[in-house]
Amino acid sequence: MNEFSELLKSILSPGTFNEMLRRATPVAIAALGGALTEHAGIMNIGMDGMILMGAFFGVLGSFLFSSAWAGLAFAILIGVLVGLFYALFVIKFRSDEFIIGCALNTFALGLTSYMSRAIFGTSGAKGYPSLPDLHLGVIGKIPFFGGVIDGHSLFVYVAVLLVVILWVFVYKTPAGFHLRAAGEKPETLRTAGLSPDRMKWIASVLCGVLCSIAGAHLSLGYLNGTFAENMSNSRGFVAFACVIFGGANPIKTYLASLMFGFFDAIGLRLQGTISSDLTGIIPYAITVIMMVYVVIRSNRRKKHAQKRDPKAAGGAA
Amino acid sequence: MEFPGVLANDDISLDIKKGEVFALVGENGAGKSTLMNILYGINEPTDGEVLIGGKKVEAFSPKTAIGLGVGMVHQHFMLVPSFTVAQNIVMSMEPKKYGFLFDNRAAERKTQELVNTYGLQVDPSAVVREISVGLQQRVEILKTLYRGAKILILDEPTAVLTPQETDELFDVIRRVVRERGMTVIIITHKLYEVMAISDRVGVMRKGRLVGVKNTCDTDEKDLASMMVGRPVLYDDLEKTGTAGENRIAVEHLTVTDNRGLIAVNDLSLAVHAGEILGIAAIEGNGQSELLEAITGMRKPERGTVRIMGQDVTGKSPDQIRAVGLAHIPEDRISTGISAPASVTDNLMVGKHDDKEFNLFGFHQRRSTIERYAREIYEKFDIRGAGLDSDVGSMSGGNMQKVVVAREFSFDTPVLIISQPTRGVDVGAIEFIHKAIIEKRNSGAAILLCSADLDEVFRLSDRIITMYEGKVTGSFAADAITKEEIGYYMTGDRSEKEARA
Repeated sequence: MNEFSELLKSILSPGTFNEMLRRATPVAIAALGGALTEHAGIMNIGMDGMILMGAFFGVLGSFLFSSAWAGLAFAILIGVLVGLFYALFVIKFRSDEFIIGCALNTFALGLTSYMSRAIFGTSGAKGYPSLPDLHLGVIGKIPFFGGVIDGHSLFVYVAVLLVVILWVFVYKTPAGFHLRAAGEKPETLRTAGLSPDRMKWIASVLCGVLCSIAGAHLSLGYLNGTFAENMSNSRGFVAFACVIFGGANPIKTYLASLMFGFFDAIGLRLQGTISSDLTGIIPYAITVIMMVYVVIRSNRRKKHAQKRDPKAAGGAA
Repeated sequence: MEFPGVLANDDISLDIKKGEVFALVGENGAGKSTLMNILYGINEPTDGEVLIGGKKVEAFSPKTAIGLGVGMVHQHFMLVPSFTVAQNIVMSMEPKKYGFLFDNRAAERKTQELVNTYGLQVDPSAVVREISVGLQQRVEILKTLYRGAKILILDEPTAVLTPQETDELFDVIRRVVRERGMTVIIITHKLYEVMAISDRVGVMRKGRLVGVKNTCDTDEKDLASMMVGRPVLYDDLEKTGTAGENRIAVEHLTVTDNRGLIAVNDLSLAVHAGEILGIAAIEGNGQSELLEAITGMRKPERGTVRIMGQDVTGKSPDQIRAVGLAHIPEDRISTGISAPASVTDNLMVGKHDDKEFNLFGFHQRRSTIERYAREIYEKFDIRGAGLDSDVGSMSGGNMQKVVVAREFSFDTPVLIISQPTRGVDVGAIEFIHKAIIEKRNSGAAILLCSADLDEVFRLSDRIITMYEGKVTGSFAADAITKEEIGYYMTGDRSEKEARA
């Protein structure tokens, strides 16, 4: 019993929540990009590859120019290119987005692994210039809260800013309305003299950039200038789950990725007690449970809709 | 459906005057929509020119058209279901605050101003998904007005409306023409509507404009023969014989839709031999689910379905067909045909196991099959590129004839027919209607469902109305008018009935 309360104490410590933010951020930034493509009506499962590209080219840039900022810029540039490449096939050539997403993931894994071995050797890249950690001074002194939010890598804070910006963009600007219309009913834009494909291009490129930043954060911020093969480790798919769980709303999507981060952090705490192989699956098991919840929720909503408005029962054709 | 490389509009010259209501009629595929899409800039003409308000159109795009004061209400509404009425109306010309934020309050205020000016009542803050089709159409009209339209194009606006809603729409059209000096072009294939609303009418056939007349100088018969290119005999449907024994018996049937919501609610009905029972209902009131439950495509929750006295509740379509039922489904493309398969193969569906066509259970007797298919093809006057061409490349009318031919050739005592002539041209409608009546006269029990009220009235012996999954009225077809029945299609009127 005593042992259990000790464990609970260590789980509810500032350290866990600090770790939660740290671990959630790479997923969260990618998920924000995924929320944009989701709104534009693109089922983007290529996020994992996009993250991986960002992670590798971030480190490569950092290595080539001896600066983490140059690495970040390099990653963003690659993100634009990957986003354009994705949009070219999915939007311009109307290929199946599922296939292109798979292809992108495979391509990214192969390319980054090959280039990493060719340039950095078999042990991967280590210890190149990394993005700075921020210390918040007085705020960091606040009990508990300070311990949670102080001393993170730059993009942990940028992610929160991005949530606000994207929420305003999606729900409060004309462009955001056009983005959502492009996903829900593209013909409305076409007959209004606007181009739905343009919104999809924009969403794809922004998603490429955000995923790349997520990757660069992973390699340059989270792991201090390190690249290892397949280091995205399915975070792109978890991000996709967060997008669906959060209904592509940037705020809810961010909260979903925090939940993922929380369970990931708990897994770390439990490692002393349970085998690390088992704790490693916790966040992914939670992701599955999240998806089950999504299905249950949508079923329940339909039942509610029926109670509220029997007319909807007939089905608006 | 697109027919690439086909001349959809052939050398058309047409003047439409300011402040008139111009009706454009023609069979499906006659090129009405293409002509209007050119006006609205969606399609571009290969040759010739378009002048709007005296200005020659240089770049064909909806943007140009909107700029020149053209507004179009499409057959399928161009509204985002999750947005509010106001958000839909202001799309592409959004009011802004601080230069970049969407100003929802201003959008609703502007919408309310339009509502007040034109008297088209609709709540600006209502979500489009939750309002009726009639209201959605108002939103579409308001949208064009918000964009400053002087010319309003309505593409088959009454297809989804009840007679009451149609009357309201016509009132609105008359008002905007009289008070605002607008020009209205209305595309339709309902000729009595042409007579009711238009000042002039243009008739199209096979991509050509075959005539323009003042509405007061013509009549429905005249227009119908211009559309088809030969006289159309509308009134030679002769019903003979009397109703016999009960063949379809549905009792206390409850069916849910794809989302698990109740679509058919404790419904009972009976159809007898030598009788056509018509269902009159606005789309989405459970009629589709009812027919699916009867034909075995959907499992009912409660209640029983009897065909020819046998309980077939919850059986598969195959088992139910074996009892003696044939079915013309409402959506020919998704359930009626296999688009990439040949005409022959489509005509053969359901007959492959017949001894006549098959040897030892696996060898298909191709020559017998072909002889049979040719016979049917000719009997039902199907016109296409021959038996071996794929059905998907045919026009809607001929596709539907393939479905009708196949189902009628089973020669079953019970027929379930849904939307037999949706999107089918006048000539084919005439043919299909005759075939249905012939079946009735030879003693089949027919359950008919159609969105076209005229069709329901023309064919049925009895009519029931459905609203929200329940039967709200049951009438002999000659004992009620279209206007009266609209009243029963929009709600439960048992109280009034009790009073009357």
